[in-house]
Amino acid sequence: MSDTVNFLNNSSFSKILILEDLSFQRNENFLFSNINVSLSSGEILQILGHNGSGKTTLLKLIVSALNLELGKILWQGKNVKNIRESYLENLLFLGHKPGLKGLLSAEENLTWWRSLNKTNSITNSAAFKHVGLNSNKDEPCCYLSAGQLRRAALARLYVSNAKLWVLDEPFASIDKQFSIELKALLISHLDNGGIVLLSTHQNLEIKNMKYISLPYPDKVC
Amino acid sequence: MSNVGFLAILRRDLLLAIRYRGDLANPLIFFFVVIALIPLGLTPESRELSEIASGMLWIMALLASLLSLDGLFKDDFNDGTLEQIIILPQPLYFMILAKIIVHWMVTGLPLSLLAPILGMMLSLPESGYLPLTFSLLIGTATLSLLGSIGAALTLPLNREGLLLPLIIMPFYMPVLIFGSGTVELAIDGFSIMSPLAIMGSFLALSLLISPYVTACALRLSVQG
Repeated sequence: MSDTVNFLNNSSFSKILILEDLSFQRNENFLFSNINVSLSSGEILQILGHNGSGKTTLLKLIVSALNLELGKILWQGKNVKNIRESYLENLLFLGHKPGLKGLLSAEENLTWWRSLNKTNSITNSAAFKHVGLNSNKDEPCCYLSAGQLRRAALARLYVSNAKLWVLDEPFASIDKQFSIELKALLISHLDNGGIVLLSTHQNLEIKNMKYISLPYPDKVC
Repeated sequence: MSNVGFLAILRRDLLLAIRYRGDLANPLIFFFVVIALIPLGLTPESRELSEIASGMLWIMALLASLLSLDGLFKDDFNDGTLEQIIILPQPLYFMILAKIIVHWMVTGLPLSLLAPILGMMLSLPESGYLPLTFSLLIGTATLSLLGSIGAALTLPLNREGLLLPLIIMPFYMPVLIFGSGTVELAIDGFSIMSPLAIMGSFLALSLLISPYVTACALRLSVQG
């Protein structure tokens, strides 16, 4: 079955991530339906849509935090339901909530995250230097501001070895200067053959950028 | 690979429990206060107290454990860590087991060790001290395991109120019956091996099933 799909997408081996007919139903209404996207190495997909149109839901479906019931996701030609573990090893997801423990410092949070994921050789302190948190990295995260929390979460991007980055509003609450740095980081990840999926309202202007736009949420109930 | 996730969660949750000692002390204080009130409210007569002591201690330990269940996954859910844990390339079963073990270590374990002292306050006969601790050690572990299912199911509800106890209570009853029964038997001079063995089988069964069911419930809960 997956072979035919690859054949239909003609550039069979270069498409690493294929979303096929993804739909999501909530209370009998379709939030979105039949999303079809295929991405190869070095491509970035921006998900556009109004507030409430299901951007976060789509991203959560892709990272399998939500159960996928309609449609399927292929990773390197295989259905992710069958290769869940190796798919998740290649995946980094940054959700709307930063996923940091308030009582632990940014450093401890990152060390903990590292112990559970495949990471590269960049040290924690180097990563914090990149995100500009060097002086606050030993403070408990509950004392950090929203922007600093976001930076602490984004520090994972520097140490991660994952090929596929799924970022939900990564530019939310960070300042202009760091936005530029984050964009540079995304580009260098793409140059290294990575894939990025993100939802943001910013106009990023990165080459190889693909867009999908989710329809306006159906108000008729 | 399975023990990587297990150890990481175990270590982190223990560290968090130490950092936030208030949560740790809550069930203990509850246990202590209620037991201290019983002689005042009922009777200071030691003969009458000793008759109800084992049952009271067990009921209060059960309620103290129930009281602390609410927070088992709530923090992780609210700060987004739960989402991260669910999509880790690690078996969720072992990570949840680690969380439950930490929950038991900070509630059930100290309760069990404290129980004989409170038993003294209720003039529990001396022959009941060790059986009380043993039955509570096994019993509270079972309670933590079973309770995690309810905690996971009620997670997305903001004000679950009494829903969690309602879901969990029927499963707690056999543990309570055999737990306080163990102490009664010991006081009456019988061997406690058979009720302890039955409680051990409850523990083994819930150890197998609970983390798995909790994992399924958590996957449902994050659908939000």
